[in-house]
Amino acid sequence: MPIKTEPFYLNIGPQHPSTHGVFRMRVMLDGEVVVDVEPVIGYLHRGIEKLAEGRTYTQNIIFTDRLDYLSSMTNNLAYCMAVEKLAGIKVPERAEYLRVIFAEVMRISSHLMAVGFFLNDLGAMMTPVLYMWREREKILDLFEMVSGQRLLYNYMRIGGLSQDVPAEFMPAMKKFIAEMPRYVDEYDQLLATNEILLARAKGVGILPRETAIDIGASGPVLRASGVKWDIRKMNPYSIYDRFDFEIPIGQNGDCYDRYWVRMQEIRQSIRIVEQALKQIPDTGPIRADVPLYIRPPKGEAYGYIEAPKGNLGFYIVSDGSIAPYRLHIYPPTLINITALRDMVKGWKVADLIIIFGSIDVVLGEIDR
Amino acid sequence: MTVAINETEIEKKLNEIFPGSVISSEKGSILVDKGSLLKVAEYLKNAPELAFDYLTFVTAVDYLDYFELVYRIVSLKYNHSLIVKTRCSDRENPTAPSLTPVWRAAYYQEREIYDLFGIRFEGHPELKRLLLWEGFKGHPLRRDYL
Amino acid sequence: MNLLDQFKIWLVSMGWPGWAAYLVPAITGIVVIIAFVLTVVIVFIWWERRFLGRFQIRTGPNRCGPEGIFQPIATAVKILLKEDIVPEKADKILHFLAPIVVFVPILMLFAVIPLSEGAILVDLNVGAVYVIAISSISILGIFMAAWASANKYSLISGMRAIAQMVSYELPVVLSLVGVAIVAGSFSMIKIVETQNIPYVFLQPLGFIIFFLGALAEMNRCPFDLLEADSEIVAGYHIEYSGMKFAMFYLGEYGVALAYAGVITTLFLGGWQGPLLPPILWFLIKVMLVFSLIVWMRATLPRLRVDQLMSFAWKGMLPMAVINLILIAIEVLIIPHSLQWAMVILNFALAAVLILLFSRLFTLGGGRVEV
Repeated sequence: MPIKTEPFYLNIGPQHPSTHGVFRMRVMLDGEVVVDVEPVIGYLHRGIEKLAEGRTYTQNIIFTDRLDYLSSMTNNLAYCMAVEKLAGIKVPERAEYLRVIFAEVMRISSHLMAVGFFLNDLGAMMTPVLYMWREREKILDLFEMVSGQRLLYNYMRIGGLSQDVPAEFMPAMKKFIAEMPRYVDEYDQLLATNEILLARAKGVGILPRETAIDIGASGPVLRASGVKWDIRKMNPYSIYDRFDFEIPIGQNGDCYDRYWVRMQEIRQSIRIVEQALKQIPDTGPIRADVPLYIRPPKGEAYGYIEAPKGNLGFYIVSDGSIAPYRLHIYPPTLINITALRDMVKGWKVADLIIIFGSIDVVLGEIDR
Repeated sequence: MTVAINETEIEKKLNEIFPGSVISSEKGSILVDKGSLLKVAEYLKNAPELAFDYLTFVTAVDYLDYFELVYRIVSLKYNHSLIVKTRCSDRENPTAPSLTPVWRAAYYQEREIYDLFGIRFEGHPELKRLLLWEGFKGHPLRRDYL
Repeated sequence: MNLLDQFKIWLVSMGWPGWAAYLVPAITGIVVIIAFVLTVVIVFIWWERRFLGRFQIRTGPNRCGPEGIFQPIATAVKILLKEDIVPEKADKILHFLAPIVVFVPILMLFAVIPLSEGAILVDLNVGAVYVIAISSISILGIFMAAWASANKYSLISGMRAIAQMVSYELPVVLSLVGVAIVAGSFSMIKIVETQNIPYVFLQPLGFIIFFLGALAEMNRCPFDLLEADSEIVAGYHIEYSGMKFAMFYLGEYGVALAYAGVITTLFLGGWQGPLLPPILWFLIKVMLVFSLIVWMRATLPRLRVDQLMSFAWKGMLPMAVINLILIAIEVLIIPHSLQWAMVILNFALAAVLILLFSRLFTLGGGRVEV
């Protein structure tokens, strides 16, 4: 007599130590093997796009902080670039260099956190997290020096920055960048050839190249699958065409490649900051001359950057008044999890958690 | 540099192949008739000299007479981009063809547009609310919601 | 001569009746053991948290009392004061009995661990086998807890538990037999007394296999997938709170102490050592083994369940069998006075075997066609 079996639904619910935020997955399991997964989102939906229609352009910068709250500087940058494109504002030199420095240091901080928590999901009990946060604390100290805030900076403005950096910032930044490569080498020494990391992450959760392009993935997820597409090189914005850096590409598109691409990107960001610190003009205006209430001409613009998580873009439609008519936020991580089902089928519950961790989501961006 | 492809040429070419599909074009974007959107999208993806294989954002804007859907497509091979727009005039039950069979990147974004605007996408594999809960009444991002 | 036996003989000579002279030393021994276990477990909890903190570039708890020594007491008080919640659909009897079934065998293990010269509760002549047999009963308790909690996460954990603990019994037993062959008996006191050279040097491969197998039996990193905090959120004790959770928590450190004691007895020479009193040597060695366990917890990520099983069956079991055969051959060939030759031979063989198995054996993969 055949035994009747049924699949078994497990709810990896909104409150869970390893979904990075309030993310819910309904998983259909057959023993320990995942047969299907359905992501359910919307637990952090705050209606930013609707709220933005009632606020002026400068007031909306605060909302952009709270999108990907682990890398607020790059969110601010993308939004300010979109408005500057719409209104035709040119940003002064010193402000451009400082924006690049902050964006790259923000990328380092975000990747440190992503890699640390990827290893935490693997079970390494917070040790890699704490080692990486030792450096992240230094970054947060630098940002506190500049904007007074440790997490949600609200530092960039349309046309430049809100204020100039204090006198002690530059020496501290130079010191940090000088000693950072040694720490990245230390992480690589502990992690890159760790037997258990290789066993758990190599070959797991492969995202093939065609699927990655078809779902519109971006950021380290796309580059780990072998597609050489980085907006800083393909469509340079701000002053990225003046710097010399490389784009790391992965080969297989598995979890290990996504981790490796992030570690290499940290090194490339250090390179960019070193060059920017050499080239930055010592004095200069920090902000273009913009009125208090900016009224861009009627029209639309799409400003997009390479944020740490991927291609973050803002589509703004303006009708000539002080508030945008429509603000649409293009979140990279929402698009990256379109392929979660494909990547996870056939693997086990333990792998589901680390595959999801390797995509590196932040719920503030997915739900907006 | 990602170049915005010359829109008048695209308009001419598309109007030769699918007559009446492109209504107008302005800088960097073409306005396509809703009925021929799917054919135009497949052509843009598969034509060897265009090769638009990467869909970035899909969004909708509520101009009070009509809804305008905006798609931006990029070719990774040739590094050029194009914005495709289309309009739905029906206010009560707007519908539009779904581009999910062509580019899977539209999957979550069309669900979000259905959730927040109410535009139904025909041919979408699983059209249900994404960000708001099942049973929510109304579509918040419409200009006349509140 | 056993200390308790000496106590009994003294009582009989004082004129106590037979049954009292039997009962009083027994109860004294049990009380001493329970006190020892609870004290050392409290020290272990403190030491683990401080030591783990040092690995993670932070100080551990240092607020409660000087250098945080009252922290475990504060933890214990906190756990005891919590409300005892039983889920509605849980199987009430099993849910109640499971912590007991897990904790009591751990206490029973201490009956055969010699704390000092002659300080053992009962010197069974099959002491080492008793250790393995009794520690298998806790597995049943873990599965009872997992099943009775009416929670899908704990069910997954329970299934993993049975697989993991059963498959790691075999390498542990085989390396134990290797020790017994060299020592000539299973009695724990005999094993310590025959160690002129500690067996960790004499049988390095046996030590490694026993240590890893013991880690798996204890659900400790890197084999802690039963209570994987990042996946199944505390696994089998997810629905426990209050005193029942305290029994699981104490049980985890209790079994760490028990296995540390067993490893010290079997491989490190028990209480033997120059200068200091034997009980102090025992404690030092136990602390060393425990520090090694904490070190592994701080550094290694965890394995997946199928990798764990293939490591046990395809990696450790063949090595344990080969180790046993080699030890048996050496005991036959090499005379007792040349035991140091066994050291060199065994280290060389261990290195060769480990290299060979690491080549043949690759972890990774594991995708199932769905």
